[in-house]
Amino acid sequence: MGKKMDTSAIGGCNPEAAICTRAVTRDFQAGQQTITVLHGIDLDVKAGELTFLVGESGSGKTTLISIMCGILWPTQGEVKVFGTDIYDLSDDELVEFRLNNIGFIFQQYNLIPSIDAASNAAVPLIAQGMERHEAREKAVAMLEKLNIGDQADKLPNQLSGGQQQRVAIARALVHEPRLVVCDEPTAALDAASGRRVMDLLREVAVAEDRACIIVTHDNRIFDMADRILVLEDGKVTHDGDHMPEDH
Amino acid sequence: MIWIAIRMLTGDPQKFFGLVFGIAFSTLLITQQLTIFVNLLERGASGVYNVSSADVWVMDPVSRTTDVAYAMPSTALDKVRGVPGVEWAVPHIRAQASVRTKDGDLEGVAVIGVDDATLIGLPKNMVEGSIDVLSQPDSVIIDDVGTTRMFPGQSPIGERLELNDQRAVIRGIADAVPSFTSTVVLYTKYSQALNYVPGTRNRLSFVLVGAENPAEAKALSEKIEEETGLKAQTREEFARDGVQFIIDNTGIPLNFGITVALGFIVGVAIVGLTFSLFIRDNIKQFGALKAIGVTNGKIRRMVAAQAGLVGLIGYGLGVLGTVGFIQAFSSNPTFKGFYIPWQIPLISAAAVTIILALTGWLALRSVLKTEPASVFR
Repeated sequence: MGKKMDTSAIGGCNPEAAICTRAVTRDFQAGQQTITVLHGIDLDVKAGELTFLVGESGSGKTTLISIMCGILWPTQGEVKVFGTDIYDLSDDELVEFRLNNIGFIFQQYNLIPSIDAASNAAVPLIAQGMERHEAREKAVAMLEKLNIGDQADKLPNQLSGGQQQRVAIARALVHEPRLVVCDEPTAALDAASGRRVMDLLREVAVAEDRACIIVTHDNRIFDMADRILVLEDGKVTHDGDHMPEDH
Repeated sequence: MIWIAIRMLTGDPQKFFGLVFGIAFSTLLITQQLTIFVNLLERGASGVYNVSSADVWVMDPVSRTTDVAYAMPSTALDKVRGVPGVEWAVPHIRAQASVRTKDGDLEGVAVIGVDDATLIGLPKNMVEGSIDVLSQPDSVIIDDVGTTRMFPGQSPIGERLELNDQRAVIRGIADAVPSFTSTVVLYTKYSQALNYVPGTRNRLSFVLVGAENPAEAKALSEKIEEETGLKAQTREEFARDGVQFIIDNTGIPLNFGITVALGFIVGVAIVGLTFSLFIRDNIKQFGALKAIGVTNGKIRRMVAAQAGLVGLIGYGLGVLGTVGFIQAFSSNPTFKGFYIPWQIPLISAAAVTIILALTGWLALRSVLKTEPASVFR
């Protein structure tokens, strides 16, 4: 973070877009060599849709999602999230923006093992400065919505993988963010559980004023997407409502 | 977020107790060793502390402490008595001797002769018997440390000693501050001490002086020096010289210094290692918090809270351990009268703060360097 990007290649953004990227490029240094992972990505992600970002390992999807949610600076290009040019913000403003506008569901959940499910789910609210008991009440309500309200007092290691995932989803949604980002939400689940999680996400995360992007390479759930973006070698090679036949 | 930080730490009992142990151990080592060091040093002044009524000590100019004194001619007493501002002046003799107990054991002792008439020079309190017993023939009063050393588990009252080939009978036990070497001390009258201790023509070790105005003891000591050519020091000055003599002539400052430094280093090692392991184990969680939107400032406060909690509990346990140690050994003559000067817990607190600041900073660096994007890898 903190590296100032070159914005010379910025094009226009659709004001309706929840997320807009223009000419986003990202380079990494590997010794003397510069590796370009993303090659001028132009994307508009709409609210109210379940958008899948699909690609093989090394295709650049993790890098792209990191840039789209403001945790990795692009080398070049523009990223707007609900109209805010997030990389024009200062470091502190960007952190604040993430806290108030983005919910994260990590592949490994990254729950804090020593606090119970409700407290884990309440973390974003506590980080926003809400009083702990009030934050916990809201978190319990969210857990109830996800049908694990009765597990609110349990520690993560007392929950099954699926239950931990729901706690992670509750944590991502409890502060009502406008953008929800999920990283491989079904990677560790069997097919049936994976589909249940996706149903749940569609039910609670997709809203008219909220964008939901899912990074996945799990072909068992491709049919549940409203939109699929396929990334290959740092370029978007497909943009549609279903996977192309050759994948 | 502070609550979450504390729960993160206490939720990992092994590391939490490891950290607390590290701080407690360091605190205990530093506090306990400094306490013993200071108390041992103060014993360099025990001879002065035991004579609480003397405002000024007068001695030969080459004398340095109560135990390193060059005898003066008895006329020194009259000279001192003639100085204006002196309310009273009494003779005081301190000498080494050997005693043979009835069991045939040989023990090196210090013989202290106090003024025959006033008995000034005796410790303030008696453990057993009265100071009046010195009026009986061949009477000596033994100090309580000497009792423990020479007569463990039995009363010395009535015991006969062969003191430099002369008869001495123990008729009382004095409550005295032990000397640096915990030598057995026998108190007797000045006239009796002259018989017990062989010597040259000059036998007077010190003249103890009471000032007409104790608040002006310093001025009086200067006046005595000026008028008698002898060395005169206030009680405080002479006590300080006794302490300084120990510092200058023994290796204990270095030895205790090494132990205290080891306590600090061990603390840094244990706490640093455990803290680093704790942070490493939780780096994903910290990364997730950063991605979610927890600022580096809040992360710093979280780690500071964790360090603070460990510091408070560990420090408290370490100081309590030292208090327990002092209490447990208070009946042992080696530790008699030991106390914890208020400055020592402050020094330990400063050491603990430095340990935690150093190790916390090192651990925090890895958290602050963690890119939030790492949670997607």
